[in-house]
Amino acid sequence: MGELDTFRSEVRGWLEESCPPSMRTPAVEADDVWGGRKPWFPNDDARLWLERAAARGYTVPTWPREYGGAGLGPDQARVLAEELRRLGCRVPLKSFGIWMLGPVLLDHGTEAQKRQHLPAIARGETRWCQGYSEPGAGSDLASLQTRAVRDGDCYVVSGQKTWTSHADKADWMFCLVRTDPAAPKHEGISFLLIDMATPGISVRPIPLISGASPFCETFFDDVRVPLENRIGREGGGWKIAKELLEHERGAISALRDAATSEEESLEALARRYVGVDAEGRLADAILRDRVTQANMDFLCNKLTLARSAAAVRAGRAAGPETSIFKLYATELNKRRRELKVLIQGFQGLGWEGDDFSPDELRHTREWLRSRANSIEGGSSEIQLNIIAKRVLGLPD
Amino acid sequence: MSFVLSEEQEAIRKSARELMRERAPVTELRRLRDSRDPDGFSRAVWQEMAKLGFAGIALPEAYGGGGLGFAELGLLLEEAGRTLAATPLVATAVLGAGALLLGGSDEQRRALLPGVAAGRTLLALAHEEGTRHAPYQVGTRAEALPGGGYRLTGAKTFVLDGHVADTLVVVARTSGHERGREGISLFLVPAGARGLAVSRTTMVDSRNAARVRLEAVEVTAGGLLGEAGKGADILDRVLDRGSIALSAEMLGSLQEAFERTVDYLKVRKQFGVAIGSFQALKHRAAQMYCEVELARSIVMDALAAVDQGRDEVPLLASVAKARTTDAFLLIANEAIQMHGGIGVTDELEVGFFLKRARAAEMTLGGSAHHRDRFARLRGY
Repeated sequence: MGELDTFRSEVRGWLEESCPPSMRTPAVEADDVWGGRKPWFPNDDARLWLERAAARGYTVPTWPREYGGAGLGPDQARVLAEELRRLGCRVPLKSFGIWMLGPVLLDHGTEAQKRQHLPAIARGETRWCQGYSEPGAGSDLASLQTRAVRDGDCYVVSGQKTWTSHADKADWMFCLVRTDPAAPKHEGISFLLIDMATPGISVRPIPLISGASPFCETFFDDVRVPLENRIGREGGGWKIAKELLEHERGAISALRDAATSEEESLEALARRYVGVDAEGRLADAILRDRVTQANMDFLCNKLTLARSAAAVRAGRAAGPETSIFKLYATELNKRRRELKVLIQGFQGLGWEGDDFSPDELRHTREWLRSRANSIEGGSSEIQLNIIAKRVLGLPD
Repeated sequence: MSFVLSEEQEAIRKSARELMRERAPVTELRRLRDSRDPDGFSRAVWQEMAKLGFAGIALPEAYGGGGLGFAELGLLLEEAGRTLAATPLVATAVLGAGALLLGGSDEQRRALLPGVAAGRTLLALAHEEGTRHAPYQVGTRAEALPGGGYRLTGAKTFVLDGHVADTLVVVARTSGHERGREGISLFLVPAGARGLAVSRTTMVDSRNAARVRLEAVEVTAGGLLGEAGKGADILDRVLDRGSIALSAEMLGSLQEAFERTVDYLKVRKQFGVAIGSFQALKHRAAQMYCEVELARSIVMDALAAVDQGRDEVPLLASVAKARTTDAFLLIANEAIQMHGGIGVTDELEVGFFLKRARAAEMTLGGSAHHRDRFARLRGY
């Protein structure tokens, strides 16, 4: 038996023993575990599952052991992912610390910074939020204006961030600030870690067209942040910020795929709401065609992801096709959400109350929420610019 | 690994690309058109393709073929598509040979397939009768004769390579009603058969198609492919393979049209700058790039599915045909728009791509036909 097979049987044995049965059922968003100083769990099994997974380094399998990971190589990590999928295990911990900040800290953090933050992220003891966008800096992120001025052993931060997901629940923020207003806009930016308990920080949630949301506005009023909380050199924050965005784009498209794969198919929904004719075809021919277009596009997108993964497995660099993933996955998701509401007819128009089923209400909210998919994490227009420039080589 | 080419496949692609660029560039299609070439394709190039083993690349070695699969055939088609090469690949190597492979007896295959592989024998599938693709709309009658054999009467249209084929595979009805799937039968009809009249039609894409009239054409019992009345089982599979093969050809064509357009955006200057710097054009180019990549994924998977004998071949055939058709039409139209005034001149080759996109769309069913079929296959 090869080393990898031994590893697989070990993992399988451990999972069978350690993952509580209730954690092997499909997850719903309301049950997500995000950790933090004041963690919330839907039940004791969820707490137990996080503790066990974290103790074995499985919340961050590829991170080094000294920082709370399991030190797995790519092949072992793939085996673990396969076994988790096979048993249908829930993700024990959702975390911006894991998806976004961790990889950047591993590459750019000092030893002290890594030891302070990585193990706590891995165990789910700190919850992070992302301080990037500002009211005046969306797609043109590098024009951000939140100032950080040196004063002794601290920066004094003042300004405003927006779209900070879960800022009202987060313990820490990784934040882009302007340390040199005189430098060219990409060069005057630094990357700071800010404890949300610091005096001078206030947070206000932002309701969306879809209702309550995790997004917040965060205000900084002369907030003192120790110099040692800076990652990388002063003025070197933009490069780190961009690397982090790559991790974020990967996480967004991966999450969408996980979400859509468990959903009821469009045609099943349409059969219930629109009905079928004598030959079993959806009664609305135009809707049937639109559903089919979405199904075909979904399949082609899935095959393109598989093609990219196959190239990487064969030892080739991921091809330029990867640049379309964020763009296409989000646009496709928007279309699917819209079709669901359309299929439901009048029942797709409910906002709340018993006249509508929980699924109907959810579909309406998801349709509205999905409008943001092609804006957040780099808008579709920005993605098109990237493809035009980096892949097609079109001039500025 | 179907999504990553092997070294052998890369070598096939390279040699096909060189052959097409040197011997069958778009100027060759223009020459065939302008000289009103009676064949509508170059027999010399087809001979060269046969010598390289391309004509029978996916046929079994027992019949003189190369014993490779659709993955390899797809590479040839893609390269042929890049230069809009008029070759008998689809009509002979995919549709005609496919009918023999999937429905013919060993004797029937032995009689024709070695000639196909050697580049001597050309085939054509005569199936269309209406104004658009409708596989079971078959009014051509085949009466069983008392002494065995059949007598065929009817008319066929849009028969690819019909006027140059040595043998036609004719779809006729031995029983059933005019649009029914039951009662369809496939017959081998030699080009010189008494009562058979084939006339070429001049098509917008300068490629070959013909009308076929059958006036009491008699074929022997040995001319029936498979079982009488069960021809639709063969025809469905042949058409699926045809759709996938044509999608591979279209993939090459749409990729070429796209690359030519992006190149033009970089060199054409207006207002003192390259027009490719205008965001209105950049974004459309990037959208087209997405379509190219998605088309490539579905074509590669569909080709592999044929070789692996997967159950989902019919479904994938329809996705491939619908998606590449739509992508090709989008890109060909955008190619003309982005080339501006010269885009609509006959001198520029981009127009040939648009004409081909339209004809390829109608061949074996457009995207609406295939979306309807996809939905039926999925039970809605």
